[in-house]
Amino acid sequence: MPAVTLVDSTLRDGSHAKRHQLSVEQVSTVAAALDRAGVDVIEVSHGDGLGGASFNYGFALTDEYELIEAAVKAVERARIAVLLLPGIGVKEDLARARDLGASVTRIATHSTEADVSPSHIAFARELGYKTCGFLMMAHMNSPEGLLEQAKIMEAAGAETVYVTDSAGALLPDTVKARVEALRGGLEPGTEVGFHGHENLSLSIANSVAAVETGATYIDGCTCGLGAGAGNAPTEVLTAVFEKLGIDVNAETFPMLDVAEEVVRPIMDRPQVVDRASLILGYAGVYSSFLLHAERAAERFDVSTKDILVEVGKRKAVGGQEDLIIEIAAELGKVPA
Amino acid sequence: MSEKVPCAILGSGNIGTDLMYKLQRSETLEPRAVIGIDPDSDGLKRAAAAGLDTSAEGVDWIVAHPEECRFVFEATSAGAHRANAPKIEAAGLQSIDLTPAKMGPGVVPVVNLEQHIDAADVNMITCGGQATIPMVAAVSQVTPVPYAEIVATIASLSAGPGTRESIDAFTRTTAKGLEEIGGAERGKAIIILNPADPPLMMRDTVFCQISPDADRDAIRASIEAMREKVATYVPGYRLRGEPQFEDDRVAIFVEVEGAADYLPAYAGNLDIMTAAAVAVGEALAKLRAPSGAVA
Repeated sequence: MPAVTLVDSTLRDGSHAKRHQLSVEQVSTVAAALDRAGVDVIEVSHGDGLGGASFNYGFALTDEYELIEAAVKAVERARIAVLLLPGIGVKEDLARARDLGASVTRIATHSTEADVSPSHIAFARELGYKTCGFLMMAHMNSPEGLLEQAKIMEAAGAETVYVTDSAGALLPDTVKARVEALRGGLEPGTEVGFHGHENLSLSIANSVAAVETGATYIDGCTCGLGAGAGNAPTEVLTAVFEKLGIDVNAETFPMLDVAEEVVRPIMDRPQVVDRASLILGYAGVYSSFLLHAERAAERFDVSTKDILVEVGKRKAVGGQEDLIIEIAAELGKVPA
Repeated sequence: MSEKVPCAILGSGNIGTDLMYKLQRSETLEPRAVIGIDPDSDGLKRAAAAGLDTSAEGVDWIVAHPEECRFVFEATSAGAHRANAPKIEAAGLQSIDLTPAKMGPGVVPVVNLEQHIDAADVNMITCGGQATIPMVAAVSQVTPVPYAEIVATIASLSAGPGTRESIDAFTRTTAKGLEEIGGAERGKAIIILNPADPPLMMRDTVFCQISPDADRDAIRASIEAMREKVATYVPGYRLRGEPQFEDDRVAIFVEVEGAADYLPAYAGNLDIMTAAAVAVGEALAKLRAPSGAVA
């Protein structure tokens, strides 16, 4: 067993960056390539999880179940994961994805709201999923507070609990404090995961910090393709872990080829830390708000940065994309 | 002015206690009793202090005192109401159910109540439903709505264990209400809990799919007329900014500030349930022929 299980979320977190326009062919090709490169788990869902296709988050080009089915067929070794946010998706969605062959699930809540997840976690276990709890916007809870929430997920049956840095707002020290809290406070058999974003250019450093403090599940997206400035690039994680002597199943050179030859060609634009995405990390705003804010900025002729700063001030949590239009409309009224 | 119609509240928690204060202001209904199961609950103490009958015997007290309550406001839990409903109906009383038990038809006071005057049990759907179904109805009265979607954001502190444990029931029940009562062909509901401190007011965004050629002025007017109607029983029901039209959709932004009778003002989600329940009781009292039980 490798020291770290690598989860690639290009086909889920990357769905945000692709405005949920991934095709069956793209999903099949990427999943097959990641599988060949040795990635353990490949997540496929709407960016906002099962059932996320909506006015609020964006409708998808292809029904996510078709994408899940395509990914399951494309792989030989890797397991296919799905994301579910209680409040957006429902238990039936988990059952449907399981029937299609998904075998890992991440049940996600805001970092203080784990008590909406126990029935979904328990149901996922009954269905035979490898079940992870996913505590989003982890920067908005203290290490001790996050541990209390993680225990709720663990008690419900979560086998791994994630410190999920949805805003890319954590620093290596604040990652360590959270991972240490979970590692020290959860049962020894429960694994700890980390999901990083690149908004402050720390996704790799934060992932390394997480492993150093006991995380054994690490998320990445190939070429970083994901919300905001993107995620920890899976190919970089693979290379860095190899150099650090941290054993993973994925192999560096094949991963470099997947990144360069398979994923980069399907990207709409490069993942960069620009003014808007840096603000996400700096102000602690949910990464997937970026493209919604850019679109609203154009529609109401206001600056993306101003929208995101205001979203941060209002303490929005993941899922509140609807607030963006309201704020942009308000800002648009202010005389220049 | 005719005699007020007697009613009882089953459940002495936050919702039951808030209901009591609202019912005390009603010109149509008179709260006579608050019935709980915990004799030491704050709700029962407050009810006794307000001069109401109190009991910790639960539904059995109601059945033994039918003259005290033509309407029973059920503010317990879905499981409790499923057990209580047959007893309440057998006693010849009508339930206004604030739990997710869904024993009877869902009602929104300004939209479909008149269709269910004679139902033995009416259900208040969900807080998100009470806040958003009127807006979907306002749009669908003007133009067909093939799809409606709502996003309800509520303060974490106002989401009790019942809501949290059965969050799927919230989304499903609300979505169904958007269709069956709001008039959308297909509905979807999303709920977000926000832990910000100080707590946020309840916010609801209502998206309706409409034809790009739909009469936008007529839709705006219908939305505003509906807001006024809802505000007659939920004074803190407001629109945040203008409805935003874009291509094939309109987005309506609703905020619900609670009346802070017993619950804090930010808990507009709970307030709209109790306020709507009172409005249902008042309307039913007026619409239904007086029964012999009314002294």
